[in-house]
Amino acid sequence: MTHQIELIINGEHYELMVKANKTLLELLREDLDLTGTKMGCGTGDCGACTVLLDNRPVNACLVLAVEARGKEIVTIEGLAQGETLHPLQQAFIDHGAVQCGFCTPGMILTAKALLDNNPNPTEPMIRRAIAGNICRCTGYTKIVKAIMAVASR
Amino acid sequence: MKHHNYSIIGHRQPAVDAASKATGQAQYTVDIQLPGMLWGKILRSKYPHARILNIDTSKAEKLAGIKAVITHKDTLGKKFGFVRNTADQYPLAVDKVRYIGDEIAAVAAVAEDVAEEALALIRVDYEVLPAVFDPLEAIDPEAPLIHDGQNNISARLAWEFGNVEEGFGESDFVRQDTFYTQPVNHCPLEPHACVASFEPPDHLTVWASTQGVFYLRNQLSRTLDMPISNIRVIRPQVGGAFGGKIELFPFNVCAAILSQKTGKPVKIVCTREEVFTATRCRHPMIIHLKTGVKKDGALVAVQARIILDGGAYNSTGPVATYLAGAFLCLPLKARNIKYEGFRVYTNKPVCGAQRGHAVPQIRFAIESQLDIIAETLGLDPIELHLKNAVQTGDVTLNKQVITSCGFSECLEKIKAQRSPALPEGKGIGFATCAFVSGATYHLFFTTEAFANAIIQANEDGTVSLITGVADIGQGSDTVLAMITAEELGIGVKDIKLITADTDLTPYDWGSGSSRVTYQAGNATKMAAAQVKKLLLEAVSHELDVYPEELVARDGRIFVRDRPEKGISFAEAVSLAQKSTGGEPIIGQGEFQPQEAKVNLQSGEGNTSPAYSFGAQLAQVEIDKELGKVKVTKMVVAHDCGLAINPMAIEGQIEGSIAMGHGQALYEELIQEKGQTLNADFINYRLPTARDVPEVETMLVESVDPGGPYGAKESGEGIIVSTIPAIANAISNATGGRIHSLPLTPEKLLKALEQKTK
Repeated sequence: MTHQIELIINGEHYELMVKANKTLLELLREDLDLTGTKMGCGTGDCGACTVLLDNRPVNACLVLAVEARGKEIVTIEGLAQGETLHPLQQAFIDHGAVQCGFCTPGMILTAKALLDNNPNPTEPMIRRAIAGNICRCTGYTKIVKAIMAVASR
Repeated sequence: MKHHNYSIIGHRQPAVDAASKATGQAQYTVDIQLPGMLWGKILRSKYPHARILNIDTSKAEKLAGIKAVITHKDTLGKKFGFVRNTADQYPLAVDKVRYIGDEIAAVAAVAEDVAEEALALIRVDYEVLPAVFDPLEAIDPEAPLIHDGQNNISARLAWEFGNVEEGFGESDFVRQDTFYTQPVNHCPLEPHACVASFEPPDHLTVWASTQGVFYLRNQLSRTLDMPISNIRVIRPQVGGAFGGKIELFPFNVCAAILSQKTGKPVKIVCTREEVFTATRCRHPMIIHLKTGVKKDGALVAVQARIILDGGAYNSTGPVATYLAGAFLCLPLKARNIKYEGFRVYTNKPVCGAQRGHAVPQIRFAIESQLDIIAETLGLDPIELHLKNAVQTGDVTLNKQVITSCGFSECLEKIKAQRSPALPEGKGIGFATCAFVSGATYHLFFTTEAFANAIIQANEDGTVSLITGVADIGQGSDTVLAMITAEELGIGVKDIKLITADTDLTPYDWGSGSSRVTYQAGNATKMAAAQVKKLLLEAVSHELDVYPEELVARDGRIFVRDRPEKGISFAEAVSLAQKSTGGEPIIGQGEFQPQEAKVNLQSGEGNTSPAYSFGAQLAQVEIDKELGKVKVTKMVVAHDCGLAINPMAIEGQIEGSIAMGHGQALYEELIQEKGQTLNADFINYRLPTARDVPEVETMLVESVDPGGPYGAKESGEGIIVSTIPAIANAISNATGGRIHSLPLTPEKLLKALEQKTK
């Protein structure tokens, strides 16, 4: 069963035909080549596939593409303004918060959702916000510092 | 820290690939999409031990969208293994399956779900065999045999230095314990994956999430019986590895054969369940440990008998068995050491290399026991370590040569950080580590070189660094770019990296045994020095000075005493090329360790060209009612030789501590009759941002004479001391001692109950 959906991804309007069982993650990665969104588990446990759906972070592996009908999606590819990186992207780079980088896109989008909602979170609030995004490399220390650096601006 | 007057080295350098990763542009193996590409999937055994009577693939072959189905008949039936002479694993099972997850067949289809559907249509007739899961049962001569042979012992190493019996006789106090460690998974966020593309008549290209492209090529060449020059292995970005992507896996071979059969590229991405159950895990160990000391804490004798639960195949087993014994004492000295290590086959998932490779387990036992001994004798554990600390210039009983050692300085730094009295429910724990900076020998006994680098200077003022090194996310490409930039006096942004492609780059063993900074770093520094020499010669003629009077720094080559007299690096390259009639400005470097012999039988030999050292303090808060442990802070002192990129080293230490925290307190693969019950992130819990402790890192720079700028290991050592530091802190806070990992609330409550009896 195929459905026609309309949605906005990174500010661009799309009209797409999608199968009913296709996930938003598959739509982004396989159909639209937006491979910045990663799959770490496929069961909503690791947060690597986090994208913003109407400004809220969701695990794209648990969202069906048809559920995104009429919604606005932001992926990691939609964050930079031309050559200028989003402050969170720049802070992650400058603070050494990126190692293997596989959790990075989801981590940055979760942090963006937090800061859009609350520009001045405390450290425990940051840690709670990113608790659904697993990182095996960094021990989170530099990730938290990077987010705090942007928050304090 | 000292600053050494380097312009690049020792400064905090953001990773060269961080921007591409933070913007989603970085390409990983799982992101590769090729025209006509098929999805591959593996059919795995559902029994822990069974004979395969028949495999019927006819139904699967008829499924619409299926392009190929293969079984062992489509392979060459060649065994592979991490260590060549103990190879025991087939790409696809020939007659038997030995664990739940063993590979039986593989399919290639137009879509992932079609491939999955085809797996369900393959009929396998099994004759279920008696299985054995407990290593102590498997070691029994009467146990079901898992492989051909006399017994289930996959490796046995034993040696004695001095005489431990005499040593125990001389000791004032002898303590004996048995410790147990658990199976844990690496959990890289990127699942294991590869794409294979066979181009007729005889060329194969493989993109793989791997720690070493040349090692993978070597193994593919042997398993597929193809010359190495017909195989090209490329490493796209790797989403974490931690030792779990160091080997060849059956799915790599299957992807290659499926591509050959279909004429299309084939991609195989492991599911998270497959990563948990059918790649590798850390060796669980049973460690019988006996230590004898003098009243003042001087170590007299250490005896260890270890049983490593290896799972169904050898993997890195002989190496793990060696390393557990080789690191029995380092960073401490004992006068007598006896070791006996048995690695035993069981019908369970395979154990191999993982961050620290067999050393975290043995160090958990030793540091726990030393803590018990110190407490019993009324000694300060830090003083006990200081008394026995290895020093620069020492040669250990097993002939490890200590070229640089900041261990005592680490201990003093940690001692100064120790807070005096702690309130009820809080505790501190102390532990130490030592680790290799790469190996001095080839673990798989091949003739290939260790590390190579080629650097070509370009007339726009940039240079190309060409090396086979496979960065797996730890930041080794950045370190090599920094070394190149420092040597040539240009910026890190001026270094163009061409890495980890067997057709384009010179040989490098890969990211394993914490070797890249030391070994590939030396090769890179040598290559850069050659380029610099060519440039300085050309510039010296132009400026009419001696080459020795010139300095390369800040993008210029100039006279040391008259900095205004000089030319830009780009001009120097053009000048040098002109002066040689257009020859390219190329330097090449290599690294080969001085001593290439470690005797696994005698246990003697220098494991590594240099050793890192560390000490740490864990602070914990305990809820005695619930047995819950919160690690509040970790203070680390680490001798990394010289910190080329302090920010990256902190990152390695913070990552090691988070991983060690999980493996100390809650990570464990729960296996029931060979079946893994928690092969997902909900039931196998990883540390989140809310769980990990605050980390304070102090770097000690012992400046190793052989390391590039004095640098040594930093990626693995600290996980070694993290686990026992937490164990000792729990004991310090509660008086309860837990002898088995993980240190769960249930075990803590039990230990406290026993204490009050």
